[in-house]
Amino acid sequence: MNVITLFFYLFSGVLIASAVMVVSSRNPVHAVLFLILAFVNAAGLFLLMGAEFLAMILIVVYVGAVAVLFLFVVMMLDVDFAELRQGFLQYLPIGAVISAIFFIELALVVGTWQLAPEALALRKAAAAAPVDAMNARALGRVLYTEYVYFFQAAGLILLVAMIGAIVLTLRERHGVRRQDVMRQNARGKADAMSVVTVQPGQGVTVQGVKRKDAAGQEV
Amino acid sequence: MVIGLSHYLVVAAMLFTLGAFGIFINRKNVIVILMSIELILLSVNINLVAFSTHLGDMTGQVFALLVLTVAAAEAAIGLAILVVYFRNRGTIAVEDINVMKG
Repeated sequence: MNVITLFFYLFSGVLIASAVMVVSSRNPVHAVLFLILAFVNAAGLFLLMGAEFLAMILIVVYVGAVAVLFLFVVMMLDVDFAELRQGFLQYLPIGAVISAIFFIELALVVGTWQLAPEALALRKAAAAAPVDAMNARALGRVLYTEYVYFFQAAGLILLVAMIGAIVLTLRERHGVRRQDVMRQNARGKADAMSVVTVQPGQGVTVQGVKRKDAAGQEV
Repeated sequence: MVIGLSHYLVVAAMLFTLGAFGIFINRKNVIVILMSIELILLSVNINLVAFSTHLGDMTGQVFALLVLTVAAAEAAIGLAILVVYFRNRGTIAVEDINVMKG
């Protein structure tokens, strides 16, 4: 039993156990923390398979961004999670049966699966992993040349997701004084001050601050 | 005993099944449903990288990267919808979401 075998069983065992805890945990905060553990162990599996760049991306993107986002939402929403767990035992038998059938089917597929001998010759020329380069460099060579449009599409997907999330959650709050940079920059000498010719013997009346509201009316 | 392709495929199949099982048993808690979807997408990624290593083809890792992108976008949008829904309704119970049902 060499080191790779040992680490494979360590990573996959913790991965499966933490996945079980994610779906069955009573407290959603614990579920998110077990999700982080699952992602870290999946990154370990990626390292064993030689995909170092994807392993690091998995840790950075998932543990650093997605799981923290989940944690924020779970802690921000004041939800009675005990109420949401009603029906847990009701759905447990049917879920277990369907999952067992599904897993047996998948196991049968994995057990009897084999590659047709002529299939390797039929496929497109493989973007072979170069032996001299690191994984990140090899991935970049393929990603930025042959799959550059996919790369651009992924960027657009992220842009759309960012805009969508901002548009969905942004809300205009009334009755709150906020800094309006556009109005501050549009404010000029002409509408902000006036020159008063003071006659001898007369004073000036205080005119106050000349300011316009959003509709353009002087207040 | 050498760890081969089928070991990783079995792990990915178990993870996928657990994700589907999580959707079944947490019918009311949409946050855990989103986490189960993340588990399913993770198992798909393990499959893609395992085949990429097995065949010596970098293309699988490119697709795993794309799946990762889509999963991150999906989590962001899903949680944003969840926050807006909670703001409007005061609850996140999924079975109440039937306004659009004819």
